[in-house]
Amino acid sequence: MAVERFPIEGGHIMMFARSVGDDNPVYYSGDDALAPPTFVQSSAQFDEDYFLRPKIGQPWFGSGKEPTGIKREPSSGGGGGGGGGGGGLHAEQHYEYHRPLKAGDVLTATTKPGKTWEKEGRRAGKLVFSESVVEYRDQNGELVVTARGVGVRTERPAKTE
Amino acid sequence: MALKASEIKQGQTFEQTLVEDLKRTQIVQYAGASGDYNPLHTDEIFTTKVAGYPSVFAHGMLTMGMTGKMVTDIVGGPDRLTKFGGRFTSQVWPGDDLKGVATIEEVRDEDGRKVVDITVSTKNQDGVEVFAGYATALVDE
Repeated sequence: MAVERFPIEGGHIMMFARSVGDDNPVYYSGDDALAPPTFVQSSAQFDEDYFLRPKIGQPWFGSGKEPTGIKREPSSGGGGGGGGGGGGLHAEQHYEYHRPLKAGDVLTATTKPGKTWEKEGRRAGKLVFSESVVEYRDQNGELVVTARGVGVRTERPAKTE
Repeated sequence: MALKASEIKQGQTFEQTLVEDLKRTQIVQYAGASGDYNPLHTDEIFTTKVAGYPSVFAHGMLTMGMTGKMVTDIVGGPDRLTKFGGRFTSQVWPGDDLKGVATIEEVRDEDGRKVVDITVSTKNQDGVEVFAGYATALVDE
């Protein structure tokens, strides 16, 4: 994933804060808003290639007339700071904050692939983990947030006991 | 209000109800805000018939986002945080009640600043941990 321009906007922060049930007024002050700790995840909105968003004129694997719009197995996702895709799940997420993120900042995001490892799971068969590190830099090229995500692909759906 | 080093001690805990009876619509709301439209979270038909899960389930990042509210409430705002992370240890389903517990681990000096290390644990109504994490935040003297 590479995001060339991720503008931090007060309205977007407000919608994000509402969705996580956070009524802290610092998220509702428009152009002066601070960003919640997990807000950079929404850089997915500004990733042109992010595959977990329906795109104009392209098939989508969710249900319509049929349970899925695409017959092939959906591929694993990355992007948006790491995380699960069609057949993948989000296993871990870690953030380091180098300075507070606020409305008016304009970030870029660059992703570096990290380690990949396998484990035999108790609930879902063979698990394949893969790590990615996303660096979010501001309009001055300064590092604001470092996000390390770990995604896992499972052999079969994970069941909660 | 920022935490004061003199007012917290190791082992001290904080609790917060993060959500009661999680609604599918809140999951939809998170999908819209975050931009993660994975049908596993919002499309019951795809999730049960194609992916083979019993129902849609919440984004791990929704659980982490709700846990983040508890953390920022404790430390006095998002601008106090220097680290926040964790593992998604079990899925969160519509109808779940989530409660977070934060435990003060240590107050220490880091790069000339006073910080507090906190562990966080979010559990569902059955006591199953769904998020196991940590945070580090700046504290006042």
